[in-house]
Amino acid sequence: MGAGMTIAEKILARQSGNSRVSAGDIVWAEPNTAMMDDPLGPKMIQAELRRLGNKIKFPERVVVISDHCAPPSTILQADLLTLTRNWSKEYGIQRFHEYEGICHQVMMEKGYVRPGELVVGTDSHTVMGGALGSFATGIGSTEMLGVLLTGQMWFRVPETLRIKWDGILPDGVMAKDLILRILGDFGSGGLTYRAVEFGGSVVENMSTDQRFCLSNMTVEGGAKAGLIPPDRETLDYLESRLSKSELESLSPIVSDAEASYCDEKIYSATEVTPMIALPNNPANVCSITEASREKIDQAYIGSCAGGRLSDLIAVARVIKGRHVASGVRLIVCPASRTVYQQALKQGVLETLYESGAIITAAGCGACGGGHSGVLGAGEVCISATNRNFKGRMGDPSSQVFLASPLSVAAAAVTGEITDPRTFI
Amino acid sequence: MEHPITGRAWKFGDNVDTGQMAIGQYTRQGVEVYSAHCLENLRPEFPTEVRPRDIVVAGKNFGSGSSRETAVLALRYLEVGAVVAEFFSRLFFRNAINLGLPVVECSNTAQINDGDLIELYPVQGRIVNISQENSYQVQTLPDHLMKIIQAGGLVPYLEQNYLTS
Ligand code: SF4
Repeated sequence: MGAGMTIAEKILARQSGNSRVSAGDIVWAEPNTAMMDDPLGPKMIQAELRRLGNKIKFPERVVVISDHCAPPSTILQADLLTLTRNWSKEYGIQRFHEYEGICHQVMMEKGYVRPGELVVGTDSHTVMGGALGSFATGIGSTEMLGVLLTGQMWFRVPETLRIKWDGILPDGVMAKDLILRILGDFGSGGLTYRAVEFGGSVVENMSTDQRFCLSNMTVEGGAKAGLIPPDRETLDYLESRLSKSELESLSPIVSDAEASYCDEKIYSATEVTPMIALPNNPANVCSITEASREKIDQAYIGSCAGGRLSDLIAVARVIKGRHVASGVRLIVCPASRTVYQQALKQGVLETLYESGAIITAAGCGACGGGHSGVLGAGEVCISATNRNFKGRMGDPSSQVFLASPLSVAAAAVTGEITDPRTFI
Repeated sequence: MEHPITGRAWKFGDNVDTGQMAIGQYTRQGVEVYSAHCLENLRPEFPTEVRPRDIVVAGKNFGSGSSRETAVLALRYLEVGAVVAEFFSRLFFRNAINLGLPVVECSNTAQINDGDLIELYPVQGRIVNISQENSYQVQTLPDHLMKIIQAGGLVPYLEQNYLTS
């Protein structure tokens, strides 16, 4: 076995007080940050927390963000928001947010996710934090209850799989296409229990905005973490989001040269084409050139996978001066209020508006079938989101195709699944 | 010999995601509502016909997708005895253990037919298929996980080990 450690091993060693750990070890580690969202957070744990002594060990490590149900579309959702808000107040949670956008996006924008740290959250896409070099992973509500009570949880140290993207990303191809390609190759359980570590020139040259999509969707393959080694770009992203003392206290971690990986896969980006996941599985992937020209009812831009500023700009690029096809609705749900404001200031929202897009409040929107774009019986949607399981966005007979924001925009214009490269 | 979990097998395929066990539209409405729709998009008769201790038997990657614990709670509410799959998504696996639902990995699930009467011995690592007069090995769980299941889940485990002062 190599003498070095991977990022995953180093972070778990540091947080469990060990000088070294290796894949397969079981350790009790202390998360630096524990995030709860509205459906799987306070509501699920409040009664048991009260019964078990009613004391959070490290309230300063806790973040609560209501996103799935904000703004509410039913009375039940409204009540859930009230419960979450009141609970956070009662327990003195300083880092509480609502109506600000998707929890994962807000975590990044507020600087709560930092390189070298261990982050857990009651939502599977917590893995998105890996894009900033944090070992971030989703946990269940009961597991969170344990973290709140004890400040710790057990981890099996994962094997790390290295995926490199060499070459230069062709125009018309986005981070979404790369991760869909990976999911297609590995299958929906192909990354189970593993930490993925991305590298190669494509990833090194990619903006943090796009890196988030790569890390986010590693969980669609079952990964425990989707890590990108923190670099200059990571520190630039954090610079405006952290105070001077916070920036000085950062302690980023990269893998040792002699670290051992369970496997390595090297891709050449030069040959990659826009990809699409066919219903009903994110790993059911083919090149968009091989997909049939299926007619669509809805094109959806949004979620923690595809609703950031770079995504909205990509849509605007295709759609500027064109119009959404008749009979099709293009719904744009910015990932956060900050994204909304940036897109507003840069004129992106105006371009989208003029092309016929419906722009909704920032949040989870219809991604999980919540509100603002839910699909009816038999409807077909092409979506920049991360999941297309049966019934995920609405009726079980509806169909969801997953693709990049560029591909979603191209389909919105033509009314059918279309290679976006014909528009750029 | 340990007490087995005995029940009828309910067969499912690969990649059954948590959104099938706890369907998004119903999860805000309490366990009695969403469990009544558990797995209905795959097997419409499941929520009404499943009996206490019946065993869900599936292929690869059971419990993929969302981290929702309601998926486990729905199975538990319906008194499912255990889930046997080729392998599990890690979030579902942890959630099941934390809520005291036995989950075991078995590479022979394809040999089990829907409706077979089976006996599961999780500590010994064995399934006896009474209908087919056959038996299979299953993965046993590491000790620290077995302790959590035996305590009835993470909360009772923590109560016994951490919170007694
Ligand atoms: S945007 Fe979608 S995938 Fe992301 S946290 Fe919200 S519901 Fe989940």
